[in-house]
Amino acid sequence: MSLLLFDILLCGLLLALALASMLSRQLSHAVILYIAFGLLMALCWARLAAPDLALAEAAIGAGLTGALCFTALARQGQLALSPVLSWQQRCWPALFVVVTFCGLLLALLQLPAQPGPLPALVVQNLTASGVSHPVTAVLLNYRSWDTLLELLVLLLALIGTLQISPAAVLHRSWGLSRSWSRLLAPLIILLAGYLLWAGASQPGGAFQAGALLAAGAVVLKLNQQLDWLAWRNIWVRFFAVAGLTVFTLSVLTVFFLAEAGSEPLWLRWPPELAKYIILLIEVFATLAIAIILTLLVVAEQPQTALSLARADKTEDIDG
Amino acid sequence: MAELSHPLLLFLVTAATLVAIGVYGFICGPEPLRRVVALNIISAGVFMLMVVLAYRSNGPGAAYFTADPVLHALVLTGLVVAVSATAFALALLARLGQATAPLPTEQETEQETEQETEQETGQ
Repeated sequence: MSLLLFDILLCGLLLALALASMLSRQLSHAVILYIAFGLLMALCWARLAAPDLALAEAAIGAGLTGALCFTALARQGQLALSPVLSWQQRCWPALFVVVTFCGLLLALLQLPAQPGPLPALVVQNLTASGVSHPVTAVLLNYRSWDTLLELLVLLLALIGTLQISPAAVLHRSWGLSRSWSRLLAPLIILLAGYLLWAGASQPGGAFQAGALLAAGAVVLKLNQQLDWLAWRNIWVRFFAVAGLTVFTLSVLTVFFLAEAGSEPLWLRWPPELAKYIILLIEVFATLAIAIILTLLVVAEQPQTALSLARADKTEDIDG
Repeated sequence: MAELSHPLLLFLVTAATLVAIGVYGFICGPEPLRRVVALNIISAGVFMLMVVLAYRSNGPGAAYFTADPVLHALVLTGLVVAVSATAFALALLARLGQATAPLPTEQETEQETEQETEQETGQ
């Protein structure tokens, strides 16, 4: 009964925050409400027996997305109240949404109450996967295509962002937050290392560790520390690409070195080596995810001929 | 076919409502930044639906409880892809703002000075 009360409270709060975020007249309120929404989502994942997601959401949904949206707010400069929409402008979308919602609900209620055959299969084959935590086994063994392509998506997003993002807004950092972020940094590195190692047998793994590292690095970067962590640094580039490269190289190695008797299969690890291959991939994937997410949030334009010319032009205009 | 338990139904309805709220915000939200936030709310609703589906193996007759790890892994991938897509969208938005930012016209500067004087008189 008390659990049901907690569920009702949680769902009610989530819906209220989402609605308030969409309807608030100030953009900054919308962003702040969305960050609170992300924190409650993390609680919701924990309630629904998904601790892996709760860990990732706490670092990503509340931390990194919030920092991203605040950076976007800062770029917009002076904030005015949103324009008021007339009732016609609100009514027709609302009608459309209500109709869609009813259809969606009807479809959702048709879903079978029994799960498919996949969870049982995962548990059955867990001993051959090299790790004992089912989610890590799915991510890096059974469905490693997902992780491989996800690293590619991250890299593409970073390359796109570096091309188009305008020069970063400079903030003055505050003495207290600077020393506090320095104090937190070793703790975050320790926690991320623990999460990475624990991922083999408990909730945790490359994504959570990478997201946590990125959140820590973003805090430091916003306080004008970690100057070396920028795209111009060749080692940063190397490790950002290394996640994908190490993954692809190990796939190719396993593919070509497969024993003559057994049929070589794309993206399938031999059970006796799976543990070490997964650990190798996870370490590089963690570093790549951490670096890419950090650079995505505090992207700075590389000094190219074009950007330098543009900077000169703006200086001329200002002068 | 067994019925879904009450907490699951509650979370299922919440997920559908989150998607609905997100779609409404996406259509109506006057500012582009709010539309990006709305897209994130839609994705939160979709992820919630997937996690509820992963949780449903916890029936009263089940011998032991395991949430579906395949769906959890998919959502974990989705979270990271969603944040990278958001970052890209916001970078595009910032560039759009930079490209289309008009030089302050006379009308706007008048409005600004009016606002400033209002603030001053308010104080």
